[in-house]
Amino acid sequence: AAESSDSEEEDLVSYGSALQPLQEGERIKKPVPLQEQTVKDAKGRYQRFHGAFTGGFSAGYFNTVGTKEGWTPSAFVSSRQKRADRTTLGPEDFMDEEDLSEFGIAPKDITTTDDFASKAKDRIKEKARQIAGVVAPIPGTTAFDDLIGPSKITVGVELLRKMGWKEGQGIGPRVKRKPCRQKPDPTVKIYGCALPPGLSEGSEDEEDEYQPENVTFAPKDVMPVDLTPKENVHGLGYKGLDPSQALFGASGREHLNLFTAGSEETSNLLGDLRHSKGRKLGITGQAFGVGALEEEDDDIYATDTLSKYDTVLKDEEPGDGLYGWTAPKQYKSKRRPEREFKYIGKILAGFSLASKSSAPIKIYPPPSLPRNYRPFHYFRPVIIAGNENCHLQKALEESTGKLESGPAHQSRHGLNAAQRREQLGETELKGPAPSILEYLCEKDRERLKEVKQASEQQMKAKPVSQQSSNSILQPASPEDAALKWRRLLEGQLANAGSSDFKPFAKNPEKQKRYENFVKSLKQGEKVDTMERFLDPNMTEWERGREQEEFCRAAMFYRSSNSTLSSRFTRAKYEDDVDKVEVPRDQENDIDDKETAVKMKMFGKLTRDTFEWHPDKLLCKRFNVRDPYPDSSIVGLPKVKRDKYSVFNFLTVPEPTTSVTQATKEKIQESNSLNKPKKSSRWDVSDKEKEKKDSISEFISLARSKADTQKQPPAPATEERGAGTTETVPTVVADEDKNQEEESGRPPMDLFKAIFVSSSDEKSSSSEEESDEEQQPTTSERQSETTKQVDIPDSSSSNLQETATAATDSGISSLPTSKQELDAAEEFGPKLPPAFSSGRFCKHLDRKEKHRKIRERHKTKKERKRKKEKKKKHKKQKNKGKHKNKKSEKDSSSDTTDSSDSLSDMDTTGLSPKELLRR
Amino acid sequence: SFDNSQICSGGADKAVALWDVTTGQVVRKYRGHAGKVNCVQFNEEATVIVSGSIDSTVRCWDCRSRRPDPVQVLDEAKDGISSVKLSAHEILTGSVDGRVRRYDLRSGQLFSDYIGSPITSVCFSKDGQCVLAASLDSTLRLLDKDTGELLGEYTGHRSTTYRLDCVLNEQDTHVGCASEDGHVYFWDLLEGSLALSLPVGQGVVQSLAFHPRLPCLLVATQGQVTLWREDTFQPE
Repeated sequence: AAESSDSEEEDLVSYGSALQPLQEGERIKKPVPLQEQTVKDAKGRYQRFHGAFTGGFSAGYFNTVGTKEGWTPSAFVSSRQKRADRTTLGPEDFMDEEDLSEFGIAPKDITTTDDFASKAKDRIKEKARQIAGVVAPIPGTTAFDDLIGPSKITVGVELLRKMGWKEGQGIGPRVKRKPCRQKPDPTVKIYGCALPPGLSEGSEDEEDEYQPENVTFAPKDVMPVDLTPKENVHGLGYKGLDPSQALFGASGREHLNLFTAGSEETSNLLGDLRHSKGRKLGITGQAFGVGALEEEDDDIYATDTLSKYDTVLKDEEPGDGLYGWTAPKQYKSKRRPEREFKYIGKILAGFSLASKSSAPIKIYPPPSLPRNYRPFHYFRPVIIAGNENCHLQKALEESTGKLESGPAHQSRHGLNAAQRREQLGETELKGPAPSILEYLCEKDRERLKEVKQASEQQMKAKPVSQQSSNSILQPASPEDAALKWRRLLEGQLANAGSSDFKPFAKNPEKQKRYENFVKSLKQGEKVDTMERFLDPNMTEWERGREQEEFCRAAMFYRSSNSTLSSRFTRAKYEDDVDKVEVPRDQENDIDDKETAVKMKMFGKLTRDTFEWHPDKLLCKRFNVRDPYPDSSIVGLPKVKRDKYSVFNFLTVPEPTTSVTQATKEKIQESNSLNKPKKSSRWDVSDKEKEKKDSISEFISLARSKADTQKQPPAPATEERGAGTTETVPTVVADEDKNQEEESGRPPMDLFKAIFVSSSDEKSSSSEEESDEEQQPTTSERQSETTKQVDIPDSSSSNLQETATAATDSGISSLPTSKQELDAAEEFGPKLPPAFSSGRFCKHLDRKEKHRKIRERHKTKKERKRKKEKKKKHKKQKNKGKHKNKKSEKDSSSDTTDSSDSLSDMDTTGLSPKELLRR
Repeated sequence: SFDNSQICSGGADKAVALWDVTTGQVVRKYRGHAGKVNCVQFNEEATVIVSGSIDSTVRCWDCRSRRPDPVQVLDEAKDGISSVKLSAHEILTGSVDGRVRRYDLRSGQLFSDYIGSPITSVCFSKDGQCVLAASLDSTLRLLDKDTGELLGEYTGHRSTTYRLDCVLNEQDTHVGCASEDGHVYFWDLLEGSLALSLPVGQGVVQSLAFHPRLPCLLVATQGQVTLWREDTFQPE
């Protein structure tokens, strides 16, 4: 059994090494997974792989020192005696021995160099070939390959050599050398070190000045263009690591390349693969992070100093066009000597400037025109076929050879859109009809016609008011024009204002009112009867205002709405476009300022003062405390205003005449909306509201100012003539300061004051009314206002007591009294004295004298109360008195009243506009 | 700048440049103006450059931080800014829209004085109480800074097209202005009478500067800069 077992063992062939016998109680070890297996070198050190992509290597003990214990420096040995034969240390001196072994990075095996190695010496290939030789159809043929060892020199080179070519020469017929193109100018002195003649540029050309005629030279070698096709997928210019080059002197090669790149390349191309043994080993990587074989990563440990960076802007963008021919001298002079070219700018890489300038393009002048030539083209008359004048047609046919006839031959430019559409067979666009009239029902159309006729008649009757009757906005005479205008509107608006248009969308109530208004308009109601839709809480004037506004809105938006609705869709989302940021305070009109400048009235008139918020940083830089530490505003404070406010709809023409300064001065103060609004001229009790006649009439009256100005001031009384200097130019000349009357409609600010602050006023009105002593006067006012026949000089700031009913108006019928005085004394800005006459109590009637006197008592009391304040203004007051006295003479109004009212006036000293603004 | 270490300049390239005097290099460029820069001025401590441009804005540039955008833009003017002057807490601008605007940082107010004619140059008086404004109607106006009232008017020179400078002398006794007829005119500040007309050159006197402490005048005309001193002056 034993033998048999032995024989069995002999028969068995065992591969590999046997596992160690298991000891009892020992668990079977799990095999180490592949990823945990480590590579160790011969000495049991872990082989570390660095930079897998760059072929990094591990050195020393964990890349630090030679051993675990550290690096032991070799003992110092003086090299004094051996200085001569001291050798430079190569990289090998720092290598471990395994690096020098067969598989290290610098194997030290004795190998045959390429010069002597034939292809066959490649062992693996040899084997492959041997195998191939066996397998090949004719066995043993590969053996001949060895016999024919290829020489390194290609056939072409061999042939060239035989033809007498030598390395370094060019190929081609021998040439005579050209004489030196440029001899160095002997007069030019050369400073500095001159280069040795052999090194100097172009020395080849210059070294042999003696050139025998019959001596020819080989042409210069030409750098062949490397036309190796790109077969790989690397980036352009990328070269994979060539171990032989990388290890044996990559750095040396690089250095060489700097100068002899060309020749090296050529020699490579020519197959001259000299193996340079003398090259240094090129390990240039300096430390971790740098691939061992990376080229020249200079100074990775260098500290980043600021000196490396530019702190000044140097010659910036010299060619960016900022410097044209006006370039600073340095740029010009720098560029000149470079080369003498006219071309300015950079020359692209790869291009060079032409030595010969191309022949200038020949310019052929246009032919000279005949003397009698006139640059107009006359079109031949197009004769349509079927015309009666056949003779002419024929004649034309003969002359031109053909006749343009028939619609088919008509040029397409001659067609209009409809014709073209017909030709193309398109259906008609579902758009609105071109004319508004087609929308109107028959009745309306007729009414419109009537109106038109009526207006035409009136035009004839009143040539003066011609202009006004033409334009809707300027009715001929106040009452009937307004009426007519409305009637016209009614006609137009009958089916206006489709529901999807919301001009007052911001104010839902108003919009509702507007919609009702439009609806009833459509039903054919008269505009006058529609006041019920308006807000009953509003004053009559405001109601009139709004009604008018509605009319306008309905009319204005009708046309655009209907004509454009077929082309546009409504926006789905509403953005906040109807608010615009507007500086809260704006520099007001310069008209009055100009007049002030003309009069050299610098000071308050020409000055605007605003709240201005400097930037915080700016304050800091100026070392100034922030004047508004809590505000986040920068610059002028802004407010959001309605883009489409009422004022934009008011297309009333601006007054063309000069505006008195009294009414406009210091507007910016009253402009500011932030200021508390204590009282308003429009705060009227309900009683008064009833009693006043329709304010709405006033608007139309005011609007009709324009015509009435043109009319001779016939209705003006004598007093008025004196008072309104508009019509009496001499007075203007005398007292230009305080008497210039504002003409035209009431200024925009008036409307603003009314509309903007209406709610505020409402609230405050009730309180104020208690101290007012208006009640006795109201009835009288009622009587006078009904008398109104003439134009209202509403804001015109006439002289007080000038006109009775003539100058009275809706506005002036409003209460002016203590309320006003309060306002004036509380926040009244100082007025320059000259303008105090432009006050608002002008409407006071003679009839109201008794009331006036009573008031005076009251104001006197008040004056006592506020004596200090008045003192401030005393100087101005005096002046104002003086001026007013002057004006009294002119106005020839009753002096008893005026003297009293003067005192009143002085205390108030406010322009009507300002008061209105409150 | 106050310590003569820096120069600020503005030009037609819409940029304001900050120069270092010692090296003569541009240290910074501030871009943002939409048009030619007409005038530049350091503040007292050279921490801010205020520049006025033809784009009708005045921009305040921070010299301390590296901020590329202006600290504040004063865009109240309706037309090009022709002149900017600074005091300790005020920015005085003259604009072609005919207004002299004074931004008071301390009180947070803007005073806008209407002159009418395009302003060519503005300057503070040395005592800081008055403002001198030259305009294209060949008139210099001395305005009270606080109220805007006209204190004096000086005429006699010609200034209708060019942006000419006006100056006050070192003691606020005289008012000077360049002229298009090649002279520099000086008026008595109080009387308003013409005190002197210096013939400087043939063409327009383009720029004018008065020494802050000495009777010394620098005039530029037609590519020529001349320095004028008093008669008794002895050059060293």
